[in-house]
Parts: sequence; structure tokens; C-alpha cells
Amino acid sequence: MTAFVELDQVTMTYGGAGNGPPAVADASLEIRRGEFVAMVGPSGCGKSSILKIVSGLMPVDSGIARVAGETVSGPLTMVGMAFQNATLLPWRTTLENVLLPLEVSRSHRGSFRRKKAEHIETAHELLRIVGLEGYENHAPHELSGGMQQRASLCRALIHAPDLLLLDEPFAALDAFTREELWGVLQDLWMQRKFTVILVTHDLRESVYLADRVYVVSKRPGRIVYERPITLPRPRTLESTFDQDFVDLVHGLRDHIGEVRAA
Amino acid sequence: MISPTKLAPWLATIGLFVVWEGAVHLFAIPEFVLPAPSKAMAALIQYWPAIWQNAFYTFWVTLVGFGMAVVFGLALGLVTGASALTYAALYPMLVGFNSIPKVAIVPVLVVWFGIGTIPAILTAFTISFFPIVVNVATGLATLEPELRDVLRSLGARKIDILLKVGVPRSMPYFFASLKVAVTLAFVGTVISETVAGNAGMGHLMLTASSSFRVPLVFAGLLVIAVMGVGMYAIFALVERRFVGWAFRGAETA
Ligand SMILES: Nc1ncnc2c1ncn2[C@@H]1O[C@H](COP(=O)(O)OP(=O)(O)O)[C@@H](O)[C@H]1O
Ligand SMILES: [Mg+2]
Repeated sequence: MTAFVELDQVTMTYGGAGNGPPAVADASLEIRRGEFVAMVGPSGCGKSSILKIVSGLMPVDSGIARVAGETVSGPLTMVGMAFQNATLLPWRTTLENVLLPLEVSRSHRGSFRRKKAEHIETAHELLRIVGLEGYENHAPHELSGGMQQRASLCRALIHAPDLLLLDEPFAALDAFTREELWGVLQDLWMQRKFTVILVTHDLRESVYLADRVYVVSKRPGRIVYERPITLPRPRTLESTFDQDFVDLVHGLRDHIGEVRAA
Repeated sequence: MISPTKLAPWLATIGLFVVWEGAVHLFAIPEFVLPAPSKAMAALIQYWPAIWQNAFYTFWVTLVGFGMAVVFGLALGLVTGASALTYAALYPMLVGFNSIPKVAIVPVLVVWFGIGTIPAILTAFTISFFPIVVNVATGLATLEPELRDVLRSLGARKIDILLKVGVPRSMPYFFASLKVAVTLAFVGTVISETVAGNAGMGHLMLTASSSFRVPLVFAGLLVIAVMGVGMYAIFALVERRFVGWAFRGAETA
């Protein structure tokens, strides 16, 4: 089976090859369609940079990035993105924020007005799944950090992207909210089966959510270890205390330790 | 019950006048050096018809200059902040222009337009458009990198990014600049009236000081200050009214 996302010996330097040390070097990975992959590694190792390569926001120096069988050569519209800060627009309501991608994206803006009712329906449905029903007309400042992050996930998914790129989306939240959102994200993914690359610092988060975890080395980023997670789904907070789960987390921790010491 | 923050500016202002009045009497400062506020008030009442007429003139000249600055400043700010290229091209020039003391361009304006209203309007305009341009351009140029990535990956057009994100984001900066700009516009008008005017508060004060009616000069200064505070307060209200979301966001943050 061919990979949906594939990096083959990819090297990338900010400002172009030859301008200082690369941020990513010889990174290779393969992700199947519908797979949930997590990426962990020390801070500054190039995880966000890998997401930028996959989404086509940064060109590679050498190697090949392919998504859906095509070489990536510019920003991909089939991608949805969410980050550590929710970056909601403060003058728009929750619903209007979620609809923003449809208003501006190349493939939807032409028909946005015509299909508005339909889009609003989709947005309501997403907001319902993430538990924001009734908050459609609230401004972002009226939402808690966790609720803003839920809205940000909806915004990332509103145009039904095939690939969801998440860059530490829960890093700024308190532990309880974060673990609640693991469940929300898992629900969304199990219902819609998009492909996910989740960058995280939290090893428990990676084991809870992912089908496979990649460990990235210190800068320049390379993939140094890969661990399939075959725990049954849906995973629950209870299951994070099971021996299997704990062992997987420990296993990853050892590899992170090696990466940091190397 | 009036809150202490509401009361504080009045008390501070009254305090200043009390200290001023006391100091003038205590050190027996002659009236032609620094008249007591009570003397300035007396002059205000005595010359009220002349003051009122000139204040009104200064007021509308200022508003015309300020109005031009709003339109032009908004437009130029949008152009400047619209792209990194225009920002790099125009910003140094704007800073350079802003560094020129506006009193230096009044004679040029007089050569072009003669003494009177037009140089005053243009001085108010040139002195007050800069903060508007800079604020609008800054608001446009400060797009969060993550949001920029989201928009780029969606294939959003520059014009959509500008209209849906850039312009709304720059509005709090724009409205914040108005209250500063309007007080600067007063400064511009009065400078021009002082240097090359035949009416207005600047002209009135110049005439008064050349005939040593110093209390009248200070009455004029007080009137200008009150007009400045009044306009500032009005535009602070306008700001709250139009971009309340920026304030509410800040309060919960
Ligand atoms: N826009 C940029 N320009 C130049 N260097 C950058 C940029 N973004 C990141 N880097 C550098 O590239 C390296 C990898 O960064 P990043 O991919 O953000 O790491 P991570 O997400 O794993 O913390 C870091 O050393 C960082 O300083
Ligand atoms: Mg990062």
C-alpha cells in the first residue's frame, strides 16, 4: 500500500540550502491514509518544521515530500491546522471563526454565499461534537482556553481536510482540560477518519491518541525511532493507567532520554 | 457613589490649580511672568466674546485638518501595511517626514497659499496624519505567524487576508491613534495661527502677548487645553464604541 504522506530523505534549511545548519536533515517517514501519527522530540528539534514541509509552507532543500501521491510544491489546501494558541479572531463569534476557512479558501470562497446555510449546518455539527453547542455566538474572549482550542479544532476541520496537522495544540492547557480534549480529538478522528500528524511534548498524549509514534532527534531533526501503538480504541482515561499503556510511555521516555543524551 | 478613578482626574487638575495659585502668591510672581489661574479665569470672562469666536475658528480648522488626516492616514496606512515591500519602501520616508518640525513648513505653506485658513488646515493635517498611518500600518503588519500559515495553506488571496483579518485587526490601532491625532491637530492649527494667522487662538494669544496681556494668553492656553481634552475624550468614547472587542479581550486576558 502506498503512503498518504511520505517524506523521503528530506533536508530543509530556513532561508534555503547553505544558509546555516538545516532544521531537518534526512528525515524519512511514511503515513497511511487515515492513520493517526504522533511526533515527539526535544524542543527545537524540527517537529514544527516537518509539519511545514508536509503542508507545503516550506520548500525542501533535497529529498522528496509527497502527499496523496503528489510531490508537494506549494501550500496544500487539503490540510487543516491547529496550534498551541488558538489564534481565533477576537472580533468574530465562535461560529464565524469556524467558518473563516470556507470564506477564504481557494476551493470554497466562490460558492461560500450560495452554500452558507449548508456550511453553517456543518459548523454546528462540528461544534456539537467538540462540546461547544450553545457557544456559537459567543466571542472568543468569552470562552476558556480549552473551549478556544475546541473551536480552533473545528476551524481546522470545517473544510473537511484529508490531513490534519496539529502542533502542540493542547500544550498551553491545564492537565484536566488537556485530557478531556484527547477524548474530543479521538472522537472527531474516529468519526471522520482523516489523517493526523500530532506534534506533542506529552508522551502520554502521544500514546493515548496515536496509531504510531515517531521520535525525532535533536536538531537537525531526523526520525530516530518509530513505535506502533496497537491499544484498542476508543482509548479512555482509565486505560492510561493500564500496564500496557504505562509500559509504552516508559519505552518512549527511554528513547527520548537517548536522543537528549546523544 | 462616584468611583475614585472617576474622581481622580478632577482632583489632580484642581490640585494643580491650587498649587499654581498658591505658588504665584507665595513667591509674589509678577503677573506678566506667570499670572495666577484666578487672573487667567478673570481674563477668560472679560474677553469671552473674542475668545469664543477665535476658539470656534480654531476648532473647525482643526477638525477639517484632522478629517483630512483620518482619510489620508487610513489610506496611506493600509497601503504601507499591506505588504512587507510597501512597508519597507514607505516607512523610512514617513519617519523622515514626521521628524520635520511642522513649524518649519508653515512659511512654505504661506508662500503657496498665503496667510490664513489654508496653511492652518494643512499644518493640522500634516502633524496629525503620522500617528494614524503608523498605527494602521502596524496593525496590518502584525499578523500572527500561525494564522498566516493557516491562511496561506488555504490558498487565501492577499485581498481576502487584508479585508477579513488585516483591516479588522488594525481597527483598534486606528481608533487608538485618533485620540492622539486630534490633540496633535490642535497643536498644528495653533502653531500655524501663531506663525502666520489672522484669526484663531494662536493669533489671539500672539496679539495678547505682544501687548503684555499675559492673563489673556494663559486664558487662551486653558481654552486650548480644554478643547484638546474634550476631543480626546470624545474619540476615546468612539474607540470603545467601535472596537469594544479589543478592550473586552484585554480585560479577560
Ligand atoms: N522561521 C524560522 N526561521 C529560522 N529558523 C527557524 C524558524 N523556525 C524554526 N527555526 C529553527 O529551526 C529549528 C527547528 O525548529 P522547530 O521546527 O520549530 O522545532 P520544534 O517544533 O521541534 O520545537 C530550531 O532550531 C529553530 O530555531
Ligand atoms: Mg514547534
